[in-house]
Amino acid sequence: MSTVNRAAGGTADYLDQRTGVGLAVKSFARKIFPDHWSFLLGEIALYSFVVLLISGVFLTMFFVPSMTLVTYDGPFAAMNGVEMSEAFASTLALSFEVTGGLLMRQIHHWAALLFMASIVTHMMRVFFTGAFRKPREINWLVGFVLMILGLAAGFSGYSLPDDVLSGNGLRITDGVVKSIPVVGSYMSYMIFGGEFPGEHIIPRLFTLHILVIPGLILALIGLHLFLVVLHKHTQYPGPGRTDRNVVGYPLFPVYVAKAGGFFFIVFGVIALMAGTMTINPVWNYGPYDPSPVGAGAQPDWYMLFLEGALRLMPGTGTEWVIAGYTLSLNVLIPAVIVPGLLFTALALYPFIEAWASGDKREHHVLDRPRNAPVRTASGVAILTAFFVLLVAGANDLVATHFALSLNDLSRLFRVLFFVAPVIAFVVTKRICLGLQRKDRELVLHGHETGRIVRFANGEYVEVHKPLDQYERWLRVNYDAHRPLELLPAEDERGVRRKGYRRDALRARVSRFFYEDRVEPVTPAELAAAQSHGEHDALGGAEHGDPTLLQAAANIKPEHGGNPAGEVVAGPRTPRH
Amino acid sequence: MKAIAARRHHRFAPVVLLALALVLTGGLYAALAPSAEGAAAPTTDDVEAGRALFVANCATCHGVNAEGRDGNPTLIGVGAASVDFQVSTGRMPMQLEGPQAAAKPPQFDREEIDQLAAYVASLGPGPAVPSAEQVDPALGDPANGGAIFRTNCAMCHGAIGAGGALSEGKYAPALAQSTPTEIYTAMLTGPQSMPVFNDANITPEEKRDVIAYLEEQKNGSPGGTSLGSIGPVGEGIWIWVVGMGLLIASAVWIGAKSS
Repeated sequence: MSTVNRAAGGTADYLDQRTGVGLAVKSFARKIFPDHWSFLLGEIALYSFVVLLISGVFLTMFFVPSMTLVTYDGPFAAMNGVEMSEAFASTLALSFEVTGGLLMRQIHHWAALLFMASIVTHMMRVFFTGAFRKPREINWLVGFVLMILGLAAGFSGYSLPDDVLSGNGLRITDGVVKSIPVVGSYMSYMIFGGEFPGEHIIPRLFTLHILVIPGLILALIGLHLFLVVLHKHTQYPGPGRTDRNVVGYPLFPVYVAKAGGFFFIVFGVIALMAGTMTINPVWNYGPYDPSPVGAGAQPDWYMLFLEGALRLMPGTGTEWVIAGYTLSLNVLIPAVIVPGLLFTALALYPFIEAWASGDKREHHVLDRPRNAPVRTASGVAILTAFFVLLVAGANDLVATHFALSLNDLSRLFRVLFFVAPVIAFVVTKRICLGLQRKDRELVLHGHETGRIVRFANGEYVEVHKPLDQYERWLRVNYDAHRPLELLPAEDERGVRRKGYRRDALRARVSRFFYEDRVEPVTPAELAAAQSHGEHDALGGAEHGDPTLLQAAANIKPEHGGNPAGEVVAGPRTPRH
Repeated sequence: MKAIAARRHHRFAPVVLLALALVLTGGLYAALAPSAEGAAAPTTDDVEAGRALFVANCATCHGVNAEGRDGNPTLIGVGAASVDFQVSTGRMPMQLEGPQAAAKPPQFDREEIDQLAAYVASLGPGPAVPSAEQVDPALGDPANGGAIFRTNCAMCHGAIGAGGALSEGKYAPALAQSTPTEIYTAMLTGPQSMPVFNDANITPEEKRDVIAYLEEQKNGSPGGTSLGSIGPVGEGIWIWVVGMGLLIASAVWIGAKSS
């Protein structure tokens, strides 16, 4: 035994005797995780958060969260003699004086954009594969709260440099808070410590940004991962995979290597972007001053949908004055009510679907998106609404880059916001059902081979190659929920049944979800289809026409080495 | 002569010939090209030539005596600065009706533009083309120019002049390609939808500061590629395309063919 091994073994033994850590490491190292690239999306979020922590610690060493006014005197000539807050001045110093400071700032900001992008992508994966079903509803909520916290972290950090662009964002926030009836003005005064912008907002956002929000995110990430370990990871449907097992590789060494390596890839991509692409050039925007606003003033992409909603809302006629109090529906609806509805729907979706299906079983095998048409269509519809708002938030850039009229674009997006999700829903649902029917066809009749066989009586058939059992399993093993049956309104004695109206609503929702469905192929259907095909193909062949036998013999290689005489046996299923 | 003829097949002969040709062309251009200093005060001939150009190219819309017609503006009193801006950026003569006249390669050369400007300036008093010193960025203060730009220009042209949208298909163009003179004359005359920033509003020195600030932007971004300087939307597109694109590709690679 080498010295290194002896030293390692000795240390491990020392620790094990004192902490009993060996047991934990042993069981954890052997924990099995299924393998799929889409399971790494959440890891991108985790790793970009680690990058955020590392680069963020660096930034706090130099950033001064103060709104005290100073006059800039430094290496950036275009700011010399300009009055600015210490927050902005220290951001300039970070960018132009601190060694590696600009790179760190850009790493931090790109990592923040990536954090949100990967959270959203991960959430889409979980949604479209139905990974939120029992027992993972709670973890869906944890993830949802993490996304909201990510938005809060991004927003609070974005505002810290105290530049014109982020200051405009804060002004919009102030307007949104003030639009909340009754308490709005008081809340705005509380947040800003007086009239906007005041002198408190930067230090307050700083505390939230570097202490409260990351602390909460860290704690919830712990809970999120703990629940993943507790529930065990979901797996894609496939041969040998059931709700009672996990097919995959052990954490050690496979995933330790894969996940560890992936961390460096994520860090590398972020560093690559930060080293080559400017992000948030605050020196262009200038120190915050409430009077100027630049064209192309937009928030980071994850807040852009709010900007879009505000841009689309018509202003005239939506601001009501009631008994001397102003009700700003032009702000309240797009900035509070619409995102509130979208987010509530997203958070509650697992519970809505479980209620509609009445399914109380545990699910560890994922759905293929096509096998849950209404869920997939709802997700695409929500994403479409989100995307329309996103593009509407950039309507000025769309107008200039494609030489279109801003006013026409606004009108178009107003219509699209209501129409596009409906179209997306219908089209997606149709596509899902179509794909399911295609699966049925495949299972029943097999792959087309392109080989045409001519029978003695002149009939042509195309030979179909049956699916192997792995392919078939993937296509027949899914739940096609049926709508819940509604019990009659009155019992057998004619007495009105309690809870009937709630049941009726539930039945309606259930019908919406599951009325249109394609049932998986049953064994009986499969047997029928195959015998039916056999009848056609064999019947023709056995009449002993030499030409046909010759043709049939040509098919043999696909059939896996049957003797020539048995060419027609087995489940080959030509279609007629 | 014989010595030269003897070496005409030398392998450096083509290089020497090319160099001589380049020197000759360059020298001729330098000697003959009209320089800024050479463009002295317009003569009567210039005005006459400008009038001829005007009647041939501009009178259809602006009227034979530049009095304007059918909703097209009169050019009496717009001054040489306005003509210089509109014609040297190719906005006039207008190619087609649209929300606003787009910049395009200019239709006239420098001399013709000066002649047109001299003619229009002769019709009535108006702002003149600024001198080279008035638009020299080296004499301006970019920091003050930045402050003026943020307050007066950024709401349409964007924080560093990347351009922006206006109503009904109109737009504030990007300023990266604009020369100092064009920036000055644009402020002075307020072309298209742009307001006029006269000398009482923004003094000539401040105009020069703005020019200095915009020239500073041509040095590029300290943080790497500027991504078009269009702000967070551009950054958002890049994080999805490059960031998520590369990482999903890596994830597919890591998760490929394992079970």
